[in-house]
Amino acid sequence: MSALRKYLDRIKPHFEPGGKYQKFNSAFDAFESFLYTPRTRSAVATAAQIHDSMDSKRAMIIVVLALMPCFFFGMYNTGYQHWLANGATDFPFWQLMAYGFLTVLPRVAVAYIVGLGIEFIVAQWRHEEVQEGFLVTGILVPMICPPEVSLWMLALAVAFSVIFVKEVFGGTGYNVLNVALVSRAFLFFAYPAQMSGDKVWVATSSAFGTAAPVADGFSCATPLGQIATAAGAPDVITGVNGTAVTAWDAFLGLIPGSFGETSTLCIIIGAIILLAAGIANWRIIVSVFAGGLLMGWIANVFASPLYPASYIPAVDQLLYGGFAFAAVFMATDPVTACRTTAGKWVYGFLIGVIAIIIRTYNTGYPEGAMLAVLLMNCFAPLIDWCVVQANIRHRLNRIAQ
Amino acid sequence: MAEKISNKSVLFNPFSKDNPVLVQILGICSVLAVTVKLEPAIVMGLSVIAVLAFSNVIISLIRTTIPTNIRIIVQLVVVAGLVVMVSQFLEAYAYAVSKQLSVFISLIITNCILMGRLEAFAMANRPWPSFLDGVGNGIGYSIILVIVAFFRELLGSGTLLGYQVVPDAAYEAGYVNNGLMILPPMALIVVACIIWVHRSFNKDLQDK
Repeated sequence: MSALRKYLDRIKPHFEPGGKYQKFNSAFDAFESFLYTPRTRSAVATAAQIHDSMDSKRAMIIVVLALMPCFFFGMYNTGYQHWLANGATDFPFWQLMAYGFLTVLPRVAVAYIVGLGIEFIVAQWRHEEVQEGFLVTGILVPMICPPEVSLWMLALAVAFSVIFVKEVFGGTGYNVLNVALVSRAFLFFAYPAQMSGDKVWVATSSAFGTAAPVADGFSCATPLGQIATAAGAPDVITGVNGTAVTAWDAFLGLIPGSFGETSTLCIIIGAIILLAAGIANWRIIVSVFAGGLLMGWIANVFASPLYPASYIPAVDQLLYGGFAFAAVFMATDPVTACRTTAGKWVYGFLIGVIAIIIRTYNTGYPEGAMLAVLLMNCFAPLIDWCVVQANIRHRLNRIAQ
Repeated sequence: MAEKISNKSVLFNPFSKDNPVLVQILGICSVLAVTVKLEPAIVMGLSVIAVLAFSNVIISLIRTTIPTNIRIIVQLVVVAGLVVMVSQFLEAYAYAVSKQLSVFISLIITNCILMGRLEAFAMANRPWPSFLDGVGNGIGYSIILVIVAFFRELLGSGTLLGYQVVPDAAYEAGYVNNGLMILPPMALIVVACIIWVHRSFNKDLQDK
């Protein structure tokens, strides 16, 4: 390691003002601070400092770690669904993992190359440091998309959301909307045929020859997709091979769906990691689930054949689709969520309620968690403002008495 | 009276430096509504140019006789009359397009650019400069309409003026038209991009 440090020290003068490559200072700085604790700007040599190991880079790394259970499970499940679709009866673990890995790898690579590329260019252009915000976004985007989303669509969506949601508002920490979710929303509205329906949720290609491709014309909708298109009360939700999907399958995540968001179990593990590290806010997670349960219960009480999803029991609502993933990894994004404690309760609760409302009462959209989080992202500042104003009024009244 | 402005700048300023859409941010609703395809956008632009130019002239001619208290009503009546004429004309000679534009021709009455120009220019200037002002602002508006519609039709439908321009080979290779371009939010983002480019070339327009 010290050889690398020495090498960096040797080439560093070239990147400082006046050096040969001074234009690329921000890129150099990004690599250096990625490898080593930054010495220059964030750690000033003089005066008193408050030391805390928790800088935003650490926080990002922990979020990525918390995503890993879901990510590995997504790899397994992608392979598992593919094997099921091919009619297999035994599931060799490492082959499934390899298939899932090779399916998702190009997507992750494209997301990082496009997103980080734009971040580096913008940082260069503005003469700023490269922000580390994209570390999490780059892995989130492939996880919330169908396993075989086209690479060029993914690249376009990532570029769109990084530029129009993040960079034009001032970069990491200034975005109003969740960048990863906007990528997904862009794909969803721009390419509906490739992002929804019953053809896209199971990986069918051979993934660089690691498995036999699935025959053309294969189709299997996600559980929520099947429910949304059912006429009247849905009787049985079926998996890829035609057997019934139980709530236990949905909890484990062995159902077709977006790459990383099927397994509620792995999401719970991720949530525990985030809460233990003090990154996610437990109030938001709890209130999203509370809102979802309440709305799911209300919908279930007033179940009607017009809205097939209203027949799902409230607890099962939380297991299907991207609800749990949105609650744990999307709603808790500290940049786009409410800042005030009371605001967090309201914010989370409304996300849960709206997600189930969209899922149940808009039969055009089988899932509503993405739209619910984006909508509440827009309202988060307003909620905070109301909380602060209420507090001011409360205190003024205290003076008056 | 306002300070003397040359007829040339009255005509050409609204193209860029004083563009009604880019700088004054007026008439945004119709930019969102009629720019899915290029053809209706062009027809809409021509209609606005005609209505704006002639209403400016008429208001300018009678500007000294209009009682100040009811001037908005008088302006509305003039604009409404012209809009009805344009609408009838389109229904007679371009029925398909007028169907596509549906209510948006009638809604030229409420287009902010019209009331803005009548109030700000025609009420205080002679007919000829008013005419030029109307034509200039109409063209300034149409330019933006056409640019937005160009990108939305090209990327959203793969066509221009109804003719397919994205080759079949591209579709076979996996290219898919962008459905978001057909939805109104994308018009807003395209307008924002145009404003972005425009301001980066006109630094004096940038907010401090």
